[in-house]
Amino acid sequence: MKFRRLKAIAIKEVLQIWRDPRSLMIALLLPFTQMFLFGYGVNLDLKHLPVCTFDREGSQLSQSLLKHFQASQYFSIVRNVDSYATIVKAIDDGTCGLAIVIPPDLSARLNDTGSASVQAILDGSDDNTANIAFGYTAAVVNGYSNDIAMTAIDRQGRPLQQTWAMTVQSRVWFNEDLVSRNFIIPGLVAVIMALVGAQLTSLTISREWERGTMELLVSTPVRPIELMFGKLAPYLVLGWLDAAFCLVIAALWFAVPFRGTLLTLFFTTTLFLIVVLSLGYLLSVLIRSQVGASQIALLVTMLPTTLLSGYIFPIDQMPKIIQDITYLMYSRYYVTIIKDVFLKGSSIPELMTPILFMIIYAAAVMVLAARAFRKRLV
Amino acid sequence: MFARIIPIVIKEFLELKRDKWARFRLIVPTLVQILLFGYAATFEVYHVSTAVLDLDHSQESRELISRFTSSDRFDVVKVAQSQRDINTAIDTSDAAVALVIHAGFAELLRKGQGAPLQVIVDGTNSNTALIALGYVNAIAAGFAQDYAADLAQRTAGVRGMKQVQVMLEQRPWFNPDLNGRWFFVPGLIGTLTLVIIVNLTAFAIVREREVGTLEQIMVSPIRPAEFILGKTVPFFVIGLGEVSLIVAVGILWFQVPFVGNPFVLLLGSALFLCSSLALGLLISTICSTQQQAFAMNFFVLNPFFILSGFSFPISSMPQVLQWFTYANPLRYYLVVIRDTFLKGVGLSVLWPQLAALAALAVVLLTTSILRFRKSLE
Repeated sequence: MKFRRLKAIAIKEVLQIWRDPRSLMIALLLPFTQMFLFGYGVNLDLKHLPVCTFDREGSQLSQSLLKHFQASQYFSIVRNVDSYATIVKAIDDGTCGLAIVIPPDLSARLNDTGSASVQAILDGSDDNTANIAFGYTAAVVNGYSNDIAMTAIDRQGRPLQQTWAMTVQSRVWFNEDLVSRNFIIPGLVAVIMALVGAQLTSLTISREWERGTMELLVSTPVRPIELMFGKLAPYLVLGWLDAAFCLVIAALWFAVPFRGTLLTLFFTTTLFLIVVLSLGYLLSVLIRSQVGASQIALLVTMLPTTLLSGYIFPIDQMPKIIQDITYLMYSRYYVTIIKDVFLKGSSIPELMTPILFMIIYAAAVMVLAARAFRKRLV
Repeated sequence: MFARIIPIVIKEFLELKRDKWARFRLIVPTLVQILLFGYAATFEVYHVSTAVLDLDHSQESRELISRFTSSDRFDVVKVAQSQRDINTAIDTSDAAVALVIHAGFAELLRKGQGAPLQVIVDGTNSNTALIALGYVNAIAAGFAQDYAADLAQRTAGVRGMKQVQVMLEQRPWFNPDLNGRWFFVPGLIGTLTLVIIVNLTAFAIVREREVGTLEQIMVSPIRPAEFILGKTVPFFVIGLGEVSLIVAVGILWFQVPFVGNPFVLLLGSALFLCSSLALGLLISTICSTQQQAFAMNFFVLNPFFILSGFSFPISSMPQVLQWFTYANPLRYYLVVIRDTFLKGVGLSVLWPQLAALAALAVVLLTTSILRFRKSLE
């Protein structure tokens, strides 16, 4: 390997990137637009779920329960209805995601037997929203139940003491307020890097074929490995630039807490870029048409990074066989790393396992790519 | 007129029949995505890895822990001996939830003084953490309730204590087990059809332009409107085939219930396909090479995805983005699909969605046809 030849290729590639401003624009603009689109559009937090209430008792007691719901930021009461049929309609047409039904004998039951129940009807067609609303309604009703029990004891004149046999004291680590953005955005950086990175290099060799410049390239003394490094180096710089954009937006604009060190981030991001760029290069060598190469590049980056990397859907909830498949997905390792670096502040020794996997991956793809390129015209 | 449209239709089908790559692109990615989304895309929370630290060693604490062990929501993977073990387990992601019962738990429980169960949750994935916390609370509440009832029964004669409480009955409609597949698989009908149809339409026309056959067609007696119709009819048919394929896989393989009226779904699909075709046409008028069409597709389709409610609820988006969703045909189509699948509602409820789809289809088709005619001249 001669550095002189590698440099010549790299310079040629830089000039080519520089003089094709449209592609350069795409490479630099895409991360911006995607960061903002996903950053704002992708959100799993439940807030202000439209609620309709059906208070069949209309007593002070029932109204105070509804006040508890009103006070919660997770719900907003949009309608008070007076028949069951209206609830059915409101849930059917999606104007309400939750309906609270208070029975006509709430106070009476509480006085007589000491226990009463209220009904929560949830629109289960969006299972995740329903599941989260499930937890919040239970919390609201529990709080209310506690208040009532306290007043009851107070009235009976007994010494005030906690009636709940047990309390749950929960503490959330790493993402204290459970903001979904804090885990989605670091993963998003990985998705964007994978997409853009593989797209960029997927065109480098197929373009030479399509434009006919391959003939020239083959007649030069350049060796396959020099060609590969020469072609990848400028894109690595571009990739760093893109990554820096994304990471700055994540940390400063979306205020995702960054607890790790820049060194860890730089090292792992570079490793990931190498994997992605060489993967694109490999595809470019194998597929001689630009459209074909970039389509396949999209296919092998988009689906695995969005679905099988743990970026949004947790890997440990997938069926066993799919969990095994995710080990083959390079983005899985980087998504783990970047989330841990951001939220947990992990350092390189703690992330050794995923880093090792990425190194192996990078080496394998590069060896394949270097060997796939033949200096031949047929 | 028909005499000129039909040959174009036949030509399109022939082209598809002879292009192995195109057929591959039509079927394989669709199936792969259905399977992936069906199996991998889930927000459900089961078998959360859990670490337990019991410093009380009482009958009560063991009873509480056994409730977690027996639940299929939690898997106790580690029985810790010290607080430090717990911290390490969470730090290294060996456990996502940790339960700590301090010494004196049983004593406080017996006195009714709010015996604390300490829960530490790895919040890295806030969604999983939130749902898991809900289950922890439910199990703890169940335990507390049973314990209190038990205690009240035992001491009934002595103290005459009555537990005053309000309970909650929860009824999730349409999807009683909150099965995530029922949400994602029907949604795929919309997203996959959109991608495939827009791609096919845009590429079919841009390819003709790039290869130069478009000029040949233009010198033939065919009129632009006929050409557009001839080009789009085959893709409309393919689109309907695609919809049926996903519906079939969803119902037969993934066992998603279909309780609504198939004709409402068909009507919605037809309207949605018109919008998708129009979008493809529109993209083809802007791009002159397949490479550009590809990049354009990506740029255009991504926002359609994200801003549709396919996996992320629209109501949680910032207001400005919510306005954008109103211009997105996929948004309305997803409501039609999910409501016919799961809720079984008909035209009386879905007419606003269908009307919006129809309006968007008309607007998009008119603009794209006008633009397309201009781009030919």
